[in-house]
Amino acid sequence: MIMNIIETSGLGKRYGGTWALRECTLAIPAGHVAALVGPNGAGKTTLLNLAVGLAEPSAGGITVLGGLPAGSPAALDGIAFVAQDTPLYKNLSAADMLHLTRNLNRRFDQHYAETRLGELGIPLHRKAGKMSGGQQAQLALTLALARRPKLLVLDEPVAMLDPVARHDFMATVLTAMADDGVSVVLSSHVLAELERVADYLILLSRGRVQVAGEVDGLLASHRMLTGPTTEADKYAERPVVHVQRGGAQTHLLVRATADDPVPPSWEAHPVDLEELAMAYLREPGAGALPGPSRGRGTQPSEVTR
Amino acid sequence: MTALTMPTRPGHDAGLRPVPWRRMAWVTWRQHRAALGGVAVFLGALAVYLWLTGLQIHHAYAADCHPASSLACTINFTGRYAVNVNIIRAFLQVVPALIGAFAGAPVLARELETGTFRFAWTQGFGRWRWALAKLVLLAVVVAAAAGAFTVLFSWYASPFFAAGYAIPFATDLFDLLGVAFAAWTLAAFAIGVLAGMVIRRVVPAIAATLAAYAGLALATTLWLREHYMRPLLTTKTNVPGSAWVVSQWYTKGGKYAFGAHGSGIVNAVSQLCHGGNSGLSPAQCLTQHGYTAWTSYQPGSRFWPFQWIEGSWLLALSVLLIATTIWMVRRRAA
Repeated sequence: MIMNIIETSGLGKRYGGTWALRECTLAIPAGHVAALVGPNGAGKTTLLNLAVGLAEPSAGGITVLGGLPAGSPAALDGIAFVAQDTPLYKNLSAADMLHLTRNLNRRFDQHYAETRLGELGIPLHRKAGKMSGGQQAQLALTLALARRPKLLVLDEPVAMLDPVARHDFMATVLTAMADDGVSVVLSSHVLAELERVADYLILLSRGRVQVAGEVDGLLASHRMLTGPTTEADKYAERPVVHVQRGGAQTHLLVRATADDPVPPSWEAHPVDLEELAMAYLREPGAGALPGPSRGRGTQPSEVTR
Repeated sequence: MTALTMPTRPGHDAGLRPVPWRRMAWVTWRQHRAALGGVAVFLGALAVYLWLTGLQIHHAYAADCHPASSLACTINFTGRYAVNVNIIRAFLQVVPALIGAFAGAPVLARELETGTFRFAWTQGFGRWRWALAKLVLLAVVVAAAAGAFTVLFSWYASPFFAAGYAIPFATDLFDLLGVAFAAWTLAAFAIGVLAGMVIRRVVPAIAATLAAYAGLALATTLWLREHYMRPLLTTKTNVPGSAWVVSQWYTKGGKYAFGAHGSGIVNAVSQLCHGGNSGLSPAQCLTQHGYTAWTSYQPGSRFWPFQWIEGSWLLALSVLLIATTIWMVRRRAA
């Protein structure tokens, strides 16, 4: 049995009178790099804060690591969290941060941490405040991974990094994933970066889950159809997620597999993750959620009701 | 992959041993050594000064104050050192507030202001345990430092009590002696950490701590302390010199006439005693006219009971404030 690394049901979080997240029901299986995607204010950080126990739900429930209450001692023990902008104690050196983290956790792989920092060329005596953004992010990630977590949660880990640092950071994440089998949940609005690393996608919009599923499955069940604009309104065979009208030609992102018939005078192309995410982000009413009664065969607008 | 072979049953890991408490000792020391060092240097410098001047004071007292009423004592002891003790006792009033503001307020406010609480509170140690360990450790250290300082100050000030220049019950000495100084320092620290948790910003939390401490200390000195025990009442005029005179007033025919200060007594004296030209003191003059002078006072023997009362309620207040802070750490949503 594959456990769910994060499982929510009817989860909601309200700050004052505003719902940052509502009616969020999802199950992220273990063993993935799951990307949490959505526009600013969609509830990504809120969902992650709930998962790591920094926030308490206003409605519904959330469990982690196969049924542990979020924020419980066992959950804290098994989850490492790197918050947005990688907060570190700026006046502490890398060595002090290692020592600090080791003291605050049951497990800490000092050898791994020192080796990694050595590979990255981060001197142990350097203070966190004197490091570049990339080095700070790497230090925070190293501290998290040295805890040998079952789940690594990253909130906008690469938003502040330059492309090289971004690449290095994600390479570290993927190595840890491959070596230790740590599950990863990360939020990002840098779609291009996710293509390379994520194999599970959760799309949040306006505080609700819009799309959730394995990337391969999502890509296989969506097609981009290109055809004459005059016929765009007649297409009704498969649910249309997003319509992009041009002068003569129109692009339709539809829910269809490679086997589905293509209407005459239309062409079908596979979609990539960025196109898929963009299409859904532009159509907050559309949805693609796992489950037998949802998704296929119904109009997008009905799915989320 | 190991992730897939992990236990999937809830509660399997629930019995895991928490991270030992003692690990927070290093964490607390490493994170707050600058603040603790600041407190140590500050109190240490004051202590060195008190010790050096204290030696001179004790020497002068031993040389010239037998008896304490001698002219030599007045000139060489009180005349020379009274200014010193008066400046010191005024300055020490603000020391607990400074410790609370600069060592207490930033403890949580800085974590919240810089976002590092997201790091600290998601470690395996657990956030409320983290807060409890850190706050209790710091509180004990700060209170112990203040307590040690009090011992020195009591020694420094003792010749002034012996010479009858000051009494331990004096409002600006009582809170520097006994257990009160440590208790006030502890309370200031507790006010500081709670202010930091509530306000979440270092500088406003420091300001709020100073204001709250000043309010509490003033209210205690002006209104609260005199009520710890019911004052003794006397109509005699020779109240012991070590006593704290709480208030004095006059009665006539069993009814309250006027207080010992203010316009009532001034009017009475100017009407009845011919503006003081009768050759009698105002008090004697008023007694002649049938007024009775009343004094309510706390005898000097109540110094230690009062110390324990003040220490106890300040300790209880500090525990309450720190417990509230920890409860907020536990409850606060990110």
